[in-house]
Amino acid sequence: MDVNLIRRDFPILADNPEYIYFDNAATSQRPVQVLEAIENFYRTTNANPLRGLYEWSVGATDIYEKSRHAMAGFIGAEHDEEIIFVRNATEALNLVAYSYGLNNLHEGDEILITVMEHHSDILPWQMVARSTGAVLKYIEPEDDGIITEENLKSCVTEKTKLIGMALVSNVLGVKNPVKLAAELVHANGGVMVADGAQGVPHMKVDVKEIGADFLAFSGHKMLGPMGIGALYGRMELLEKMPPFLSGGEMIEYVKRDSATYAELPHKFEAGTVNAAGAAGMAAAAEYLNSIGFDAIEEQENKVTKIVYEGLKSIPYVHVYGSDDVTKHSGIVTFNIDGCHPHDISTVLDDEHIAVRAGHHCAQPLMEFMQERLKMEFRATARASVYFYNTEEEAERFVEAVKKVRGWLGYGA
Amino acid sequence: MELKNLYREIVNEHNLHPTHKGDMESPSMILNGVNPSCGDDIYLQLKLDENDIVTDGCFNGSGCAISQASADMMLDLIIGSSKEEALAYAERFMNMVRSTATPEEIESLDEAASLEDISHMPARVKCATLGWKTMQRMLRDGESEGGSRQSCGGC
Repeated sequence: MDVNLIRRDFPILADNPEYIYFDNAATSQRPVQVLEAIENFYRTTNANPLRGLYEWSVGATDIYEKSRHAMAGFIGAEHDEEIIFVRNATEALNLVAYSYGLNNLHEGDEILITVMEHHSDILPWQMVARSTGAVLKYIEPEDDGIITEENLKSCVTEKTKLIGMALVSNVLGVKNPVKLAAELVHANGGVMVADGAQGVPHMKVDVKEIGADFLAFSGHKMLGPMGIGALYGRMELLEKMPPFLSGGEMIEYVKRDSATYAELPHKFEAGTVNAAGAAGMAAAAEYLNSIGFDAIEEQENKVTKIVYEGLKSIPYVHVYGSDDVTKHSGIVTFNIDGCHPHDISTVLDDEHIAVRAGHHCAQPLMEFMQERLKMEFRATARASVYFYNTEEEAERFVEAVKKVRGWLGYGA
Repeated sequence: MELKNLYREIVNEHNLHPTHKGDMESPSMILNGVNPSCGDDIYLQLKLDENDIVTDGCFNGSGCAISQASADMMLDLIIGSSKEEALAYAERFMNMVRSTATPEEIESLDEAASLEDISHMPARVKCATLGWKTMQRMLRDGESEGGSRQSCGGC
């Protein structure tokens, strides 16, 4: 893989060679192939998909359903109907919580999640616990962010009926033991809900191989457009679940007081769908496949290694997570003594470097890290790379971080 | 102003060597202000005399340089002012970070006017306004968690 050739596919990167975009865990950039897929939909066959009985609507439906087929193949789903298009991973997780969680969990059941979940994989389960009387429990990782086999096994009881777990932590980059969690929860007749927002863009995911009953992911973190995401759900589960939202195109018959619902997947796709977004997301999946996840991980690891080792070598800088850079999925989270992460990000912005600073929508993890690792602030700075980032960018970034304390008024 | 210059010329000094950071004896009012989005957390303490003049003030807590420096500059301005004047400063500061203040209003804020550029950074507005909002809650709404003027609903 030639990263300089790759960068030519991304107009925003090609047009801004000096700008270092290291906030890929928040959202990725989009290649021209994705932008063209979106434009192509609106330019060539724009009409309301699934409804119309004329050529353009048929064409729109065709693009939309082909996109579903592409996403099913991308994550190893057996049936296209197991892919529900939603706005983003957050909506996908809410769909599972409202439609599956409220109807299948009962008082005394346990929902197990990790303390490093994104708020979108915490709040829906808090809601389910409040409404059903189920108990929400947390797994805490070791200091380096790893959840060990023994730890996970000790947290699962015979009452554990649902495990929610990110494939990859959006703060520490660590890959979580989703496959083992799935085996453990399945032994109880429960379900495995995997949050793939941070994992799916960076590694080959096969839902059957990892044993996920549900997998939520967003288009915008994997080169696709904002406003489109997907939920994978195992067919037998989706078939029994009631609709999450109701309205147009998700019905069979509607009478004044009742209705029967459409077949999968349309039962879960109320209202006019984001067909252009789906086309963009499918183009993104195709782009990622054309490069290959081996090459993607190799480039990410090369760049991450420079960032990680560079930051580790700077006095006053604390780097969190595993010492093994291949366990970071491109994410390096750090702090600098005496410098609030917001100030770090603000002064790096002056150097045309984009990093995220704050709690990363993971406040329980920040609280855990502050107590366990004695962090100065309940917040961190985070550099997150993707395969289009270069080793030169990593080196420039490290040099800039070396100067942050000086810019913030410290002697060194 | 280039942001690094803003830090170098004004913010760093107030953050690293604040004039008003610490605790005071027998404040009239104390209030905790938090900014959950970044964990900024300050305790503002004010002393008012019988004519509602702010005779002294200080803050404690932790947070980003912008939040700390802004609170320190605010106290520079309002110590010696009446309650009404202090609230008028707060109004002008809020207008400034919402880009609706007049040049005269901005000028009257003295050093705090240097934070004008924050108006272009929504993510930092909350940092810059934390001390000011806490002061408004105290002087305008009468909120207090301690001190000799505790708010206790009409007693």
